[in-house]
Amino acid sequence: MFWLVVAAAASVLPWYAVAPANAASSGLLLALGGSVAVLPVYAVLLALAGIGVGGGGGGRAAQRLAALASFAGAVWILVSSGLQGTPYDPALALTLSNQPAVGWGAGLTVVALLGLGATALARAGMMDGDRFGAHLLVLVCAILALFVLFPLAQILEAVSRPDETGSVLAGLAGRLGGREIWGLTCLVDGGRCGMVWNSVGLGTAVGLSATLLGLGASLFIVRTNAPMRGPLRLVTLLPLVTPPFVVGLALILLFGRSGSVTLFMYDVFDIRPSRWIYGPQGVWLAQTLGLTPLAFMVIHATLVSVSPSVEEAAQTLRAGRWYTFRTVTLPLIRPGLANAFLLCFIESLADLGNPLILGGGFRVLASGIYFKIVGAQADLGEAAGLGLILLAISLTVFLLQTVWLRGASFVTVTGKGDGGKFGELAPSLKLLVGGVTLIWGVLIVTVYGTVIAGSFAQIWGRDYSFTLTHYLDAFDVISGPHGLVWSGGAWNFFFTTMWIAAVAAPLTAALGLLTAYLIARRRFVGRGVFEFAAMMSFAMPGTVIGLAYVLSFNAPPIEITGTAVILIVAFISRNMPIGVRVGLAQFSQIDPSLDEASTTLGARPGMTLRRVLYPLMKPAVATAVIYAFVSSVTTLSQVIFLVSPRYDWATTYIIGLVENTNYGRAIAYSVVLIVLLIVIVALLQLILTRTEFRRVNTKSTGETQ
Amino acid sequence: MIGTKHLIFATAVSAIALTSGAASAQNLVMYCSVQQSWCEATAAAFTKETGIRVAMQRKDTGAALAQIRAESANPQADVWWGGSGDAHIQAASDGLTQEYKSPNVSELRDWAVEQGETTGYKTIGIYSGVLGWGYNTEFFEREGLDPPLAWSDLEKADYEGEIQVANPNTSGTAYTALATLVQLYGEDEAFDYLKRIDGNISEYTQSGTAGIRAAALGETGIGIAFLHDVIQQAAAGFPVKAVAPSDGTGYEIGSMSLIKDGPNPDVAKTFYDWALTAEAQGLALDAGAYQIQANKNVEPAPEAPKLDETKLIDYDFAKYGSAETRSHLLKRWDNEIASQR
Repeated sequence: MFWLVVAAAASVLPWYAVAPANAASSGLLLALGGSVAVLPVYAVLLALAGIGVGGGGGGRAAQRLAALASFAGAVWILVSSGLQGTPYDPALALTLSNQPAVGWGAGLTVVALLGLGATALARAGMMDGDRFGAHLLVLVCAILALFVLFPLAQILEAVSRPDETGSVLAGLAGRLGGREIWGLTCLVDGGRCGMVWNSVGLGTAVGLSATLLGLGASLFIVRTNAPMRGPLRLVTLLPLVTPPFVVGLALILLFGRSGSVTLFMYDVFDIRPSRWIYGPQGVWLAQTLGLTPLAFMVIHATLVSVSPSVEEAAQTLRAGRWYTFRTVTLPLIRPGLANAFLLCFIESLADLGNPLILGGGFRVLASGIYFKIVGAQADLGEAAGLGLILLAISLTVFLLQTVWLRGASFVTVTGKGDGGKFGELAPSLKLLVGGVTLIWGVLIVTVYGTVIAGSFAQIWGRDYSFTLTHYLDAFDVISGPHGLVWSGGAWNFFFTTMWIAAVAAPLTAALGLLTAYLIARRRFVGRGVFEFAAMMSFAMPGTVIGLAYVLSFNAPPIEITGTAVILIVAFISRNMPIGVRVGLAQFSQIDPSLDEASTTLGARPGMTLRRVLYPLMKPAVATAVIYAFVSSVTTLSQVIFLVSPRYDWATTYIIGLVENTNYGRAIAYSVVLIVLLIVIVALLQLILTRTEFRRVNTKSTGETQ
Repeated sequence: MIGTKHLIFATAVSAIALTSGAASAQNLVMYCSVQQSWCEATAAAFTKETGIRVAMQRKDTGAALAQIRAESANPQADVWWGGSGDAHIQAASDGLTQEYKSPNVSELRDWAVEQGETTGYKTIGIYSGVLGWGYNTEFFEREGLDPPLAWSDLEKADYEGEIQVANPNTSGTAYTALATLVQLYGEDEAFDYLKRIDGNISEYTQSGTAGIRAAALGETGIGIAFLHDVIQQAAAGFPVKAVAPSDGTGYEIGSMSLIKDGPNPDVAKTFYDWALTAEAQGLALDAGAYQIQANKNVEPAPEAPKLDETKLIDYDFAKYGSAETRSHLLKRWDNEIASQR
C-alpha cells in the first residue's frame, strides 16, 4: 500500500532529470500523452494496485507474477533508453532511444516498484513471509546490480566495441594485447616490460616483503618481552590513516636527488646524487612501508590464536626452539601469512599514487589506466582493456584467497582452559626479528618525522628555516566586503572531502552490516552467489571502479558524473565488503538463540534486529563506520576520475601539488589530514562504542549460561 | 511499523539526491591552467570583490581541453582560464566555447586581441610567454658542464637523463615546444631531433611546470618550460637560470574562454570582464607569475622575458591550434616517442 502511495506521489514529479522539450514533464502526463517509455510502467502499477486493493488477494502464483511484473517495470524504466549511454538530444523528438536521464519521478517510481516487488515476494512466501527481510534483500541486490555489476558490464562492452575497421576481434586484440601490456623485452635487451608483468612483479615483491616485515613485527610484539612494544603497536596503525602516496612523497624528500639523506651521503661519502628512487625500487619501497601494517594486523591476529600448549607439547618432546618454530608455529600461522600476502598483493595492484609520483617511466596497470584517460587522446576503450586485465588478476587472487583459505584456519585456542606461556624464541630468530623490526620502525619514524618536519621547512633540501607558509597557503582565511573568504587553496577540497565522506560512511556501514545480517541470519535461494557478489567489489581496484563509473553514469539512464552522488555511490559499493566482513565476524559470535528468544516473544525480524542484535553489534558498527570514513578520505585511485571542480577531493589536490613539485604545501596538507583523521577516529570510537560495556557484559553472561 | 521503516528508506534516498541538487547554488565553476598560486590568488580576489564563490580546479591545458570535450553534452564548468592559446583555439573551432566580446577588450594589447579576432571572440588572450628552459646552476657547476644555449645543444651526450619535459598530450607547454620544433626544423626533421634527445630525457611529466620545478629542486638538470616559470623559480631563490634558445623559439598567448552552455552563464561573464581589468591582471606578479599581461595598463615585471630581445619564430597559431594539426602531431608523438620508451 505504502509503495503505491509513493508511486502515486512520484507520478506528478518531473519524470526526467531534464524537462524534455515539447512534452509533458510529469510521469502521469507523459503516460496520458502516450509515451512508449512511461505507459508500460503505469500499466504495471495499475495492475498491482488492483491486486493490492483486493486485499493481497490471489495465491502465491499471483504474487510471484506481481513481483515479476514490478521488477520488470523497474528494469524497463532503466533500460528503455538503451544501455549504450547515448546522451539526450533536446533537438530531437522524445523517443525510446532519445530520453533524458532518470529524474525524481522516474527514480522514485523505480524505488516504489522495487518495494512492491519485495512485498509481493514476501507474500509469495520468500523469507518465510517476512516483508522486512524481503525489502532488505531487494534493496541490496538492486544496489549491487546497479552499482557493481552494471559498471562491470560497461567495461566489458567498452573493451569489445569494434575498432575503426568495424572488426570486434581486432578491437579486442588492440585493447587486450599489445607490447605495451604484455611485452617481455626487459628480459632480452634491457627494454621495458609490459604493464602486466610490472604489476604482477611489483605486487609479488611487495607482498613478500610486507609479509616478512609483518611477520617479524608480530613475533616481536607477541613473542618477545623487548621494550618499546607499545609505541610500536601505535606506529603500525599510523599508515592506516595516511593517504598511501604520502609515504612515497616522504621517500622523495629523503632519497630524491636533493633529498636530505642523498645530500648527506654526497657531503660525507661523496656518493653522487642519483635518481635511483624513481622507478620500480622506489615504488616497491613506498608500498612495502605503506602495506606492512596491513600484513601485521592479519598475521598478528593469527599468531595470537596459536595456543602456547602446542608449542609446549613440542618442547616437551624435546624439540629445539628453532625446530619448534619451524615445524609447529610456522605451519599453524601459514593461513595468516598467505592471507597477508594476497591482501598486500591486491592493494599493491590497486595503488595509483606511488606509481604516479615515484614510477618515473615504470608503468603499472593502475597508472597505465590513468595515463590513458588524462591524455588529450583520452581513449576509454584502451583504458577499459587495461582495467579488465587488472580486474581479472585481482579477482583471480581474490578467488584464490576465498577458496584456498576457507577452512584452512588452524585455531588452537579453544574454550577449554589452556593457560601456559609461550616459550622463548630461538636466540638467532630473536635477533633476526628484533633487527628487522628495528629497521622497519626506524624507517617508519623517519618517514613520518620527515613529513612533519618538511611541512614546516621553507624549502626542503635547500632552506630548512622554520615557516608556517605552507599551512597558511593551504588554510588561510581573509575577510572581504562580502564576509569571510576562505582564501587558502585547500578549503574547497577540505570541506567537500569531509562532508561527502561523512555522508558516505554511515550509509556504507549500514549497507555492509545489513548485508552481513542477510548472509548470517537468513536463509534464501542463491545466498552463496549473493555473498560472493557482495564481497566482490573488494577486489575491484579503485581505478577500475572510477573508470567503470565514468563509462556507466555519464549518460542516460543514470547521469550522475560531476555530482557528489557518484562519489558517495562509489565509496558505498567499494567499502561495503569491509562492513560485511566485520558484520559476519560479529554475528558469528552472537548466539542465534537470542534471535529465537526474541521471535518467540513475538518480535518481528526487524524489531529483533533493532532491539536485540544492533546493541550487540555496536563494536562492529564503530569499526565499519570508521573504516568507511577513513578509507574514503584517504583514497586517491577511486576518486581521481570522478572528481569535478565542484566536488574535488583532498587527495587529488595533494597529488596535483606533488606533480607540480610543490612538496611543502602537499605535505602540510597531508599532515593536517592525518592529524584530523586521528582525532575523528578517536571521537567516533568514543561516541559509537560509548554504551558498549554494559551491554557486552549482559551478552557474556548470556553466553556462559 | 513497516511504514516507518519505508519512510526512513525513502528519506535516506531522497536526502542523498537532495544534497546533490542543493549544492548547485550561484557560484562560478572554473578550470584553471596556470600555476596553482596564481589560480588561487585570482579565485580568492574575485570572491572578495564580488562575493561569488569560485569552485576552481587546476588542470593542465591538454587535460582541461580533454575534460571540456568529454563534458560537452553536459558542461560542468563555466570558464576556462589560462593555458596555451592553441588549445583554446581548438576548443573554439570545435564549438566548445562561447562567443563573447567583453567591453574591456579595448584595454588589451594587440596580440591578445588578435587571439580573439582569429576565433570570432570565442577566446581572448590574457598573457604571453616565451618558450625556453631553465637549468640548475649548482648541478652544472658540480658536474663541470656547459649550459645548453640552443635547441641543438640539448642533444649532447653530457645531458643523459638530465632533461625533463612534459607530455604534449596533457601539457600546453610541451605542445608549444613540439609545435615550435616542427616550425623550426620541419616535421620529419623535428621528430628525428626528438628521437635523438629522447635518451637525455628522464621523464615526460604530466604537468608543463613539473620539469622546471624539478630542475629548481635539483631533481633534474634541465627543465624545458616557459621562461616565466623559470623566472618564478629563480625569484623564489632557487639556483636556476633561464635560457631563451639562440636558434629561435616559440611563444604562447595564454587565453581565456567561456565554456558553451556552462551552468552559470551570467556569473561567468562577470568573471570574464573582471579578469581582463588591470586590477585582476595585476595580481599575477604578487602570485609569482611573470607572464607578460595582456592589459596595457599592467607593466611587465623587470625580470620578465623581453619579447624584443628574443629570437622568436613566426608562430602560426591558427594552424598549430587546429584540431587536425594538433591530433596529427600528438598521434605521431605517441607512436614515435612515447610508445618507444
